[in-house]
Amino acid sequence: MMQPLKLVLKQPLSPRVTRFRLEHPEGAPLPVFSGGAHVMVQMQDGPVLRRNAYSLISDPQDRSGYEIAVQREDAGRGGSLWMHRQAQPGMILDVGAPVNLFALDRTARKHLMIAGGIGITPFLAHLHELVRGDAAWDLHLAWRSRADLPDMALPARAHLHLGDEGTRMDVPKVLSGQPLGTHLYVCGSARMIAAVLDTAQGLGWPPETLHAEEFLAPAPGAPFQVHCATSDRHVHVGAQESLLEALEREGIDAPWLCRGGACGQCETRVLACDGTVDHRDHFLAPDERADRIMPCVSRFRGTLLTLDR
Amino acid sequence: MTPAPANRIPSHPTYAPLQPRPGHAALMIADAGGAVALAQLLAQAPDLRATARILLVAADVPPDLPAVTPVPGTEALEAAIAGALQGARMGLQAYLAGSQGLIGQAQALLLAQGMAPGAIQMQQCGGPARRMQCVHCKTIAPDVVIDPYRCPGCGRWLYVRDHFSRRLGAFQGVCIDAETPGLVPEPTEIAP
Ligand code: FES
Repeated sequence: MMQPLKLVLKQPLSPRVTRFRLEHPEGAPLPVFSGGAHVMVQMQDGPVLRRNAYSLISDPQDRSGYEIAVQREDAGRGGSLWMHRQAQPGMILDVGAPVNLFALDRTARKHLMIAGGIGITPFLAHLHELVRGDAAWDLHLAWRSRADLPDMALPARAHLHLGDEGTRMDVPKVLSGQPLGTHLYVCGSARMIAAVLDTAQGLGWPPETLHAEEFLAPAPGAPFQVHCATSDRHVHVGAQESLLEALEREGIDAPWLCRGGACGQCETRVLACDGTVDHRDHFLAPDERADRIMPCVSRFRGTLLTLDR
Repeated sequence: MTPAPANRIPSHPTYAPLQPRPGHAALMIADAGGAVALAQLLAQAPDLRATARILLVAADVPPDLPAVTPVPGTEALEAAIAGALQGARMGLQAYLAGSQGLIGQAQALLLAQGMAPGAIQMQQCGGPARRMQCVHCKTIAPDVVIDPYRCPGCGRWLYVRDHFSRRLGAFQGVCIDAETPGLVPEPTEIAP
């Protein structure tokens, strides 16, 4: 599933955002992807093996390389810090095949894209395709300040909303003026996505026209123990690793795709639970949470958690 | 309004009573049988009156409905819908009430104008008449109440399939005596 790619470029786009370009070590063409796709980048961060998801920002038609933009999260678990500090051109990184959970709906007459901060990344790939095609589109990007704004060569007609210049995005106004047949795509923080989607629903946008992507980086939390019934092993999950990462470290078979609580691939049955599962995914329905867990993001507090792994 | 029997094939549309939904504007389309459903909806959600626009097809205008544009017949519906949707924006809700033929045709026209299926609600009122399309000559028969029926276009005897095309807003009629020409069963009334 992972392929070794060579890091050929590391270019700061802003004080906190850096662009990386990855190519095949022998220059072979890479598998195609479509706008909105992400890849998993694997990093050996000391004893911890991390896999972080990054949206591809390069032109989907360009098979000579994949590009990502990584924002440094000083309070994060370390993946973005590793990319900013340790990753250097010439290095070989293991990178997963592109997976797309945020494609444009081709039946839409217009694509309205709303990005908060680094949530712009999937739209950068979409834009390569949109500027070539004839579908109508609009892009609104909210960023804290102009000084922080990465140099991303956005099309001139993109709408910029900069916090320090007082040009904040008026979401109800943006959503109220859209022609029939528009689909809405939102990418950003969980709070921003919830606010935009709530507004859209309140204005009568039907559910099939609403699309969102949040990359939940698995948040750290208190360490805990799990019992894996199938492999008959007890696994310790450290504060800075996810349950999925801990299972992988122990060589316990666990599927995954998005590693962000969105795709459902890692769904695992809970066989016994004495305590509270801290569900942090966007996938399980409330009634499914009784006996299932998404190990890529969710954690546990209590004395015993037995999984079907 | 009758619940769809469980043995119907999946493309058979199911219709629930109209429910008010949030939206900055409402387009309502009904025939004589459906006008009651719109009146009920407006009684349940009086706020809708302020922004509702009603296309009333081939019916006398009842005094209690606001902003009614009379439409002489279904053949004038396409132009009436296109006019009503001039400059329409996302958030517009469509409420359709009437015979299957009317609401099926109105839905197909709204979808062709770019409306999302989730913004269109339908309530079937009146009899079991169906809007049918002959799969052979493509002629639409607006109010078919018997099965098999004779295609007004090509004269074939067609049986009434349960397959519904959302794009056309019509059920399919298929030649019933293709293999045994002339052997046409006695037509019976379509069950609702
Ligand atoms: S890997 Fe996608 S939800 Fe866990």
